[in-house]
Amino acid sequence: MSIRRVAPAAAALLTLLAQPAAGQRPLGYLHGEGPKAWPVVQLTLGLLAIACVVVIVTSALVVVGIWRRRVTDITDIRSVPPTRAGGGLRWIAIGLGISGVALLGSLIWTVVVLAAVNGPSRPTRLTIEVTGQQWWWKARYLDDDPSQQFITAGEIHIPVGEPVRVRLIGGDVIHSFWVPALAGKMETIPGQINETWIEAGQPGIYRGQCSEYCGVQHAHMGFLVVADPAEKFAAWRAAQLRPAQVAVPQQTGATLFVYHCGACHTVRGTGAGGTVAPDLTHLMSRGILAGDVVANTIGNLAGWIANPQGVKPGTRMPAQDLSGPELQRVVGFLQTLK
Amino acid sequence: MADPELERRPEFATATVAYAHDLERLWETSPGIAGWLSTVDHKEIGIRYLVTAFAFLCAGGIEALLMRLQLAGPDRHVLGPHAYDQAFSMHGISMIFLYAFPVLSGFSNYLWPLVLGSRDMAFPRLNALSYWIYVAAGLFMYAGLAIGQAPNDGWYNYVPYANREYNPGMNEDFYSLGMIFLGISTTVGSINFIVTLARTRAPGMSVNRLPILVWGTLTASVANVLAVPSVSLAFFLLWMDRQFGTHFFDVPQGGQPLLWQHLFWMYAHPWVYALVLPAMGIVSDGLPTFCRRPLVGYAPVALATVATMILGFGVWVHHMFATGIPNLALAFFGGASIVIAVPSAVAVFAWTATIWLGRPVITTAFLFFASMIVLFVIGGVSGFMTGSVPVDWQLTETYFVVAHIHYVLIGINVFPVVGGIYYWFPKFTGRMLDEKLGKWNFWTMFIGFNVAFLPMHLTGLWGMPRRIYTYSPDMGWTTLNAITTVGAFIFAIGVAMLLINVVISLRVGRIAGANPWDAPTLEWSVPSPPPPYNFAVIPHVASRHPLWEDRLGESEVTSLVTRGLLLDHGRETIGTSPLDGDPDVILKMPGDSYMPLLLSVGLTMGFVGLLVHLWWLAVAGAAVALIAGVVWLWPRGTLGQRRVRHV
Repeated sequence: MSIRRVAPAAAALLTLLAQPAAGQRPLGYLHGEGPKAWPVVQLTLGLLAIACVVVIVTSALVVVGIWRRRVTDITDIRSVPPTRAGGGLRWIAIGLGISGVALLGSLIWTVVVLAAVNGPSRPTRLTIEVTGQQWWWKARYLDDDPSQQFITAGEIHIPVGEPVRVRLIGGDVIHSFWVPALAGKMETIPGQINETWIEAGQPGIYRGQCSEYCGVQHAHMGFLVVADPAEKFAAWRAAQLRPAQVAVPQQTGATLFVYHCGACHTVRGTGAGGTVAPDLTHLMSRGILAGDVVANTIGNLAGWIANPQGVKPGTRMPAQDLSGPELQRVVGFLQTLK
Repeated sequence: MADPELERRPEFATATVAYAHDLERLWETSPGIAGWLSTVDHKEIGIRYLVTAFAFLCAGGIEALLMRLQLAGPDRHVLGPHAYDQAFSMHGISMIFLYAFPVLSGFSNYLWPLVLGSRDMAFPRLNALSYWIYVAAGLFMYAGLAIGQAPNDGWYNYVPYANREYNPGMNEDFYSLGMIFLGISTTVGSINFIVTLARTRAPGMSVNRLPILVWGTLTASVANVLAVPSVSLAFFLLWMDRQFGTHFFDVPQGGQPLLWQHLFWMYAHPWVYALVLPAMGIVSDGLPTFCRRPLVGYAPVALATVATMILGFGVWVHHMFATGIPNLALAFFGGASIVIAVPSAVAVFAWTATIWLGRPVITTAFLFFASMIVLFVIGGVSGFMTGSVPVDWQLTETYFVVAHIHYVLIGINVFPVVGGIYYWFPKFTGRMLDEKLGKWNFWTMFIGFNVAFLPMHLTGLWGMPRRIYTYSPDMGWTTLNAITTVGAFIFAIGVAMLLINVVISLRVGRIAGANPWDAPTLEWSVPSPPPPYNFAVIPHVASRHPLWEDRLGESEVTSLVTRGLLLDHGRETIGTSPLDGDPDVILKMPGDSYMPLLLSVGLTMGFVGLLVHLWWLAVAGAAVALIAGVVWLWPRGTLGQRRVRHV
């Protein structure tokens, strides 16, 4: 079995694994969607191919070696006297020679990729400060002009084809910011600011997930990165900057919201100004709720408010003492936060 | 120079029946519960280590099976998040701290004096202490599980989640104090191995004749002495933070979460090598017996063992590639993590060459040893991938790493250990394990393991993060997880077969005789099971393969196992020089003692007192430990050492 024949076959198999059904495996990282991900995907597949070849070759050596001169009659092991045939050290020398080349090559490739993804190739125009908290993600869009800054949660929009700098803040315990299709992980660590960058090559919705164990709901700390064309992103950004408009029919719901929820949540334009929980000013522009436990539908929203511990056991969100009609009014108000 | 009155020249002769009878009387442990609690016989302690480690393996295995049931499909409700977090934490703690290392201590405790040609370890009572503390610390941590407050932050226990603010229960107190407690056992055990190696070997057992198992355990022991202080300190600081409001890891007051990670991994990475190097030694020593030839490349393999450990101290940051450490620094640690594959490759090629240049006799033990080479390579290449920094940014904290660590710990620890049991069970008990059931045992474990963990690499590459208690059906992980669960249960059946084989063979196994495998090393020169004094006469070693010398026909002088030094003025063994193994002193060995047990009881009281804030109990425990120590160390004339005049 020659290595030259095995290697391309293994590589082809791996590519096959990586390519199809990327959409069916939203956190898979054998496919990349941006300039930071592509070289790493190639390196991953390359090392994986080397790994597979090494495993196949050594396994074959062991199996053939056993088969060749095996003794299956074990009733009297003394009938096979110990001997010492020479030449064994050559195995180690040749093996080390081949391994050394493979290891050195991998190391060089690693360093090249490391340099390539070290920073964006162009200056960045957008910096987002992302805070990991038990168990949701806060995103603050930074701007030199304070009136152009805003905060959102759970869903991060970026312009497609443009590198974006991400400043990572640890809100309570350590979490890890991970959007597999765009970039590898970077931990959010309390007491220090880590920086990473992402760039989407295609418009699309990329799933992200906390990847450092952070407590009972670590499993439900997802988020979305939405890459939009420039105009669409600009429109989204302008919309996010606007405060909420409370229409007259929603006044009661808004009042109930401020009273019950406003200590933790903010809805700009109302009296709700809490900062320990997600900013809900544009809740209805988002696709997910509660750190990606459920989709943002009216039924899920009402169920989440009525019984947070049932939806996400251990969540920091307390149940509120709301009657049925009150709950309806609060949900009715939230539905207007486009 | 020595006081001439202390000098004595032991007789050089063959053992007589009466002499052996005297030795039996001198060395045997008294029967009944009294002897059971006070014995310092390394063989008894070794077996206890093995049995206890397997008990913790079964506990950790049950935790694993519960997790696999929970993850068998999406959105299942076998375990809630709180129970799941304790299950994966206790699973890791059980397997890594309470099974994988102690089981190797069991082999080494039992085998070291026998392969080195000595009558016991250098410090027999320290050996007993090490065992008792290990049991106590293990039960201490499991007590948390019994009251539903087991450690719940994973085995590497990152702060600030482990801080009181986020983790107010007793869970982390059990873990912090338990690990400090266990560290005492590891430390005294390691010191005992180091001194044993340096001093109590048979004459002629020079360093270039040591079995590789001895190299592995020695290397691991030196590493432990250097590494354990780091983790004991880390857990002590955490406990101080939690109990007394110090600020080592308290971020608002300037504490540093990364301090924990450095202290922990500076210990834990070398520890992983400590879990595999002695197991690799088992393969290096066992495989040649069944290949009917000496190990290819003894010197390179021995040096590779040491080199692995030295490099192993320089790679801890590869657990921290995603913490914001500058990329230039990461490149160096990534390079070291890739280079460490070189000494591992030496061992792999040495074993493979041993098979090719030998005549493999396909026993169950051989199958476990030989399959380990393949599993080792799989665990090795996945580890090599995690050494590549940009790739690791994706791999880390996904199931790819879970697959990797299981190929390392099951492939390089469990398979050699089970092979080692098939190999040495005849020596331990005098009876053979059943070979037919053994083959079933091997194939069930091998197939179950690979069905469970080979697909898990793909689960990781498809993005499944570690330590999530459930997942949704649209993530694409459902089929792979179902396969892994099936494999895990097959593997568990395989482990059960081993236990069944042990139980049956203890009663009806074929009688083994002294050397059923026609193996080359000293432990096979004594009866099975060995007498309490191991060697009637202290053997003289002239080569690496004392029992194969006649057939290999290589050494000019031959080893002597039936004629040697007679030592019977009380419990005695010979002390030799560290490098060449030249005899220079007659060592008086201590008798059985309750003090190790009492000291352990005192320490247990102390740690329980610290746990539940009964300060008087902590002080009382310390007093008991102190008294036990004083009695233990009280000078006794009978233990005076005698220098040897030329033998």
